[in-house]
Amino acid sequence: MNYHILNESDIEVLRGICSEQRVHIKEDIHEDFSHDELSGTYHSPEAVIDILKAEEVSEIMIYANTQRIPVTPRGQGTGLVGGAVPICGGIVLNMSKMDRILELDEQNLTLTVEPGVLLMDIASYTNESGFLYPPDPGEKSATIGGNISTNAGGMRAVKYGVTKDYVRSLEVVLPDGQMITIGSKTVKNSSGYNLKDLIIGSEGTLAIVTKAILKLLPKPHSVLSLLIPYPSLQAAAKTVPLLLQSQTDPTAIEYMEQKVLECAQEYLGKAFPHTGAPAYLMLTFDGSQEDEVKKRYEQAAEICIGQGALDVFISDTEERQESIWSARGAFLEAIKASTTLMDECDVVVPRSQILTFIEFTKAVEKKLDLRILSFGHAGDGNLHVYLLKDDLSEQEFESRLDRAFTLLYDKGKELQGLVSGEHGIGYAKQRYLSESAGPVALTLMQSIKKSFDPNLILNPQKVVGEIIQ
Amino acid sequence: MNILVCIKQVPGTTEVNIDEETGVLLRNGVPSKMNPYDLYALECSLRLKKHYGGSVAVISMGPPQAEAIIKEAYMMGVDEGYLLTDMAFAGSDVYATAYALAQAIKTLPDVDCIICGMMTTDGDTAQVGPEIAEHLNIPHASYIKEIHEVHSDHIEVTMDMDKYAAEMKIKFPALLTVTSTIGTPRLPSYILGKKTEDKIVNRITLKDLNDQDPDHYGITGSPTQVIDIFPPDHTQISTTWEGTSKEIASNLADDLIHRKIVMR
Repeated sequence: MNYHILNESDIEVLRGICSEQRVHIKEDIHEDFSHDELSGTYHSPEAVIDILKAEEVSEIMIYANTQRIPVTPRGQGTGLVGGAVPICGGIVLNMSKMDRILELDEQNLTLTVEPGVLLMDIASYTNESGFLYPPDPGEKSATIGGNISTNAGGMRAVKYGVTKDYVRSLEVVLPDGQMITIGSKTVKNSSGYNLKDLIIGSEGTLAIVTKAILKLLPKPHSVLSLLIPYPSLQAAAKTVPLLLQSQTDPTAIEYMEQKVLECAQEYLGKAFPHTGAPAYLMLTFDGSQEDEVKKRYEQAAEICIGQGALDVFISDTEERQESIWSARGAFLEAIKASTTLMDECDVVVPRSQILTFIEFTKAVEKKLDLRILSFGHAGDGNLHVYLLKDDLSEQEFESRLDRAFTLLYDKGKELQGLVSGEHGIGYAKQRYLSESAGPVALTLMQSIKKSFDPNLILNPQKVVGEIIQ
Repeated sequence: MNILVCIKQVPGTTEVNIDEETGVLLRNGVPSKMNPYDLYALECSLRLKKHYGGSVAVISMGPPQAEAIIKEAYMMGVDEGYLLTDMAFAGSDVYATAYALAQAIKTLPDVDCIICGMMTTDGDTAQVGPEIAEHLNIPHASYIKEIHEVHSDHIEVTMDMDKYAAEMKIKFPALLTVTSTIGTPRLPSYILGKKTEDKIVNRITLKDLNDQDPDHYGITGSPTQVIDIFPPDHTQISTTWEGTSKEIASNLADDLIHRKIVMR
């Protein structure tokens, strides 16, 4: 695909749409805009534009569509699969400055936000207002626009579901510059194809989100976590289905191993409240009544002890929650800091297959002599598996990585799992989506892409591969 | 080594209301918890017990519901718990609280070391610990950030003096207050909670003390007169600059210097 390369007259047009200071070119473009957090995918844009309002996006898209200039929307760049990397150059729309919370509708329990609002700001705003926005990914400095793009899940997915379940409506700009609103504040919607859910998780390939109306819940009065050490990963994993079958209704079921915990301790420079056990589960319970939450967590504690847990530790204050969840939140950065380079696999398997998959990662680690660390959402089957370069040469790492990914994704497919649970496909995982989804589904996806974006200018060569026109 | 840890029940949230007329904290209906700084004192003591043997007891002064934090201390591995509770102690200031605790400690089996958190989250004075030691006439040191060695008659510690540190040897019996660098506090154990469900919390009242003169306790025993209590001012000022990175950085630097947050 040949795209138009930006020239001085294009820059003049863009500066006419936005102010001169907000259109960055050449050495004024920060290096951050050429990559994301992890994927090893690099490409510089020709221009980065700081967006302040939806109308600017619309005008830019009208011009880019006419000129066939590729456009990539970007939030905070915390993605892990190259979704926000401008592979074909062109314009990067920096949406992170559209960061206003526009409305809290207490009657309809909705929060209207611009796409650049950070997840941590939504959490603190809703918390202070007595509400809960349930999706809770580990990366709190991600934007809500980025979360919508990947349909992020996070730790509370076991009880509350994922981002898709908490978006009532989206205002979007289409690749040809038209602005539309899809969905509404209504609870129900059976009005035609669900375009909203199609755009959520489309990783900025179909439309650019400029406003979102999020669904809120009343804030639970009582929230408490349990930290549960186990003598083995197997014992920990075997507890998970029992917890899911029970009436204990956990909000989160996370698993982690000692090696990952050690990385987090070193990275944060502070000790975890308990160390030395080979594996841990971390559970959270919430509810409106303290007594009722207590009953549920005590039942869960008995289940865990029955499965061989070494103890069950109670985290019931802000300080205690901070001491365990800050470590959990730092796992990705901590693992990253423990090696020279890494890549990740965000596979999701049916919950009954978690142990089988984790044990398989250990077999791959041994077979390929490649250090592999994992942690994740045991309660929803979404594992985050990290493959680490350490002292390997670049060539050797690439070779082992390729073999490891093939083995892991094949195993995921065999267990009836999917390529990505919440990080998306972006640029880096397209091959595996193609293999996993099969030609018919992939062709359908490509048709959808072409319906939205016939000139293929919006975040091209992502998710569904390069489309030949 | 036998250790006694002083612990206090404090409001579980920072969103507490104050009676405008009396200036007293309205505790009813407010969730409570163990003072977070006391958790470091407990952790330090339980580690010393593991290393050197002996026992760890806790003492708290407060209303009967403060028993909850002693039960919580049992869930963390504490051997014995004492609650100093009597209407005669109500309204005690720092001086009267420390005096009452010192009186109670005199009735307990001998301890080698009393360990306290460096301050409480509701009082913020950081004075009760050292004042207990003064009432007991024993040596004390505050803001201990590290314990090096315990000997039969003394302990070697490092005291955090903000800009420098002091290494010292303190003779037993002694009182220390410890900082958060002493070690991450353990969490209460569900299993220990089950085991200690029926374990008794020992109550101490005015009639158990040597000095039973009620004028030495509570409001009458408190030299402090509270004129006003108010929450700290949390006003936030927000400034936004636009321009190139250099211009923004220069504006930020000028502003920080102007506010005397950094020096040129």
